[in-house]
Amino acid sequence: MIRSITKQKSFEEISGMLEQASRVFIFGCGTCTTMARTGGLPEVIRMADKLKDAKKTITGWMMLPVACDELTGEALEENRDAIMSAETLLVMTCAFGVQTIAMHLDKPVIPALDTLFIGKEKAPGLFDEICIQCGACVLAYTGGICPVAGCHKGLLNGPCGGTNKGKCEIGSDKDCVWSLIYNKLEKLGRLDLMRVYHPPKNYHVEPQPGKIIIPFDARSEEDGTKL
Amino acid sequence: MARSFRDILNSGKFVVTGEIGPPKGTNIDRMLRHIDLLKDKVDALNVTDHQSSVMRFPSIGGALAIVERGGEAILQMTCRDRNRLALQAELLFAYTRGIKNVLCLTGDAVVVGDHKTAKGVFDLDSSQLLRMVRLLESGKDMGGNDLDGAVDFCAGAIVTPEADPPGPQLIKFGKKIDAGAEFFQTQAIYDLDNFRRFMELAKKFKVPVLAGIVLLTSAPMARFMNKNVPGIFVPQPLIDELASAPKGEALKKGVEIAGRMIREIKQEKLCDGVHIMAIGKEETVPDILKAAGMP
Repeated sequence: MIRSITKQKSFEEISGMLEQASRVFIFGCGTCTTMARTGGLPEVIRMADKLKDAKKTITGWMMLPVACDELTGEALEENRDAIMSAETLLVMTCAFGVQTIAMHLDKPVIPALDTLFIGKEKAPGLFDEICIQCGACVLAYTGGICPVAGCHKGLLNGPCGGTNKGKCEIGSDKDCVWSLIYNKLEKLGRLDLMRVYHPPKNYHVEPQPGKIIIPFDARSEEDGTKL
Repeated sequence: MARSFRDILNSGKFVVTGEIGPPKGTNIDRMLRHIDLLKDKVDALNVTDHQSSVMRFPSIGGALAIVERGGEAILQMTCRDRNRLALQAELLFAYTRGIKNVLCLTGDAVVVGDHKTAKGVFDLDSSQLLRMVRLLESGKDMGGNDLDGAVDFCAGAIVTPEADPPGPQLIKFGKKIDAGAEFFQTQAIYDLDNFRRFMELAKKFKVPVLAGIVLLTSAPMARFMNKNVPGIFVPQPLIDELASAPKGEALKKGVEIAGRMIREIKQEKLCDGVHIMAIGKEETVPDILKAAGMP
């Protein structure tokens, strides 16, 4: 399952953003930030305690099951009074959750987390970025391992000169994705795929901000299947 | 008229290139002194492009200074700081100002340099940049438009003979040749046995290779490179040799080692020439050449 990987901002930065607010309501999320231990129940309680120590009034806090989900609107209703009596909402979800809450409520929202990447938990506590939604998938040529997300420079035609014993020049804790791709293709007997030249990438397959409108019955029109 | 670098590469002569590192700031006196010292002693001079992602006076500025002073410049161009519009524009400009050689590199990551929070561009990679040079030569730009006046460059690239593992690097090497690389300068080499093995593979491609010679200035510097610079391997006997030099004479020993390596490469015809990188110690290059038996 894809996850939104986050990291908590420093308390100093959070305090700075909350400078004008004396009454604060806190949101956590039961999905990605619980898994990443950045906005789960223990983190929300710890944050509430720290803010109380910093002389803030906490009007309440709640854990949204999936902050980015549309059901968040209904969940907010359950705590309407406590939420509305706060001046500012401190949101310990990823940026999707922050924006979902902001859509539903006309209250200043303060993100307590930075959203780093969309990734996968490969092992307990180990999160890897695996797709940056570039709009031009090359996985057919790379053994199912993405160089656009996995290479620091997003290189399409093989490693740079900074590759070192299978690691990346920016840090020995990061794999050189082109070593992983090479090993996988070698195992598959398809190193020929790595010799394929990829022309410069189209960075505007879907120009930012992305927006797609899919006609309601597009699928049945295209292939004649009735849903 | 003096022979072009392309002609020299194809003449069978043992080619020697050097390297100029532009300053951090507007005081270019030292860079100009190095250009004047080296321009007639080597076949061409590279100018580095914010080497190691450290912001400096631009490579095109250094390359122009070389041309203005009667030397042959190799403009290093990385994909780190410019998108495809800026890269093309800079090549058009370079061509109109007498710069005839370009070395196409991907570029180091921004985070290893001194502006760690800057955006790394990498719109193109080195093999795409090489193909772009060839496209501009055909009179077209990357948008498919006709150019009013094309370019003509001797375009080269780099390769790391000590890359570990070697497989992915060799595939990239082949892609750069397919993309039109006319010569290669290598990352620093110190172990000639390893380099011999690399050249056995590389010779099949019949593209001139200039072995990278980075001046060793001390035993700690050699150890530092082994630990921190990808694709560099200084064998222990060389480190011991540097360490054995009397106090204050390690640099002299480094010059001697560099000269000896060049002499061996030339005598054995291991490759087509050398690219001498005396990072920060450019004034020693004439001594290195003397030690190599090349007046």
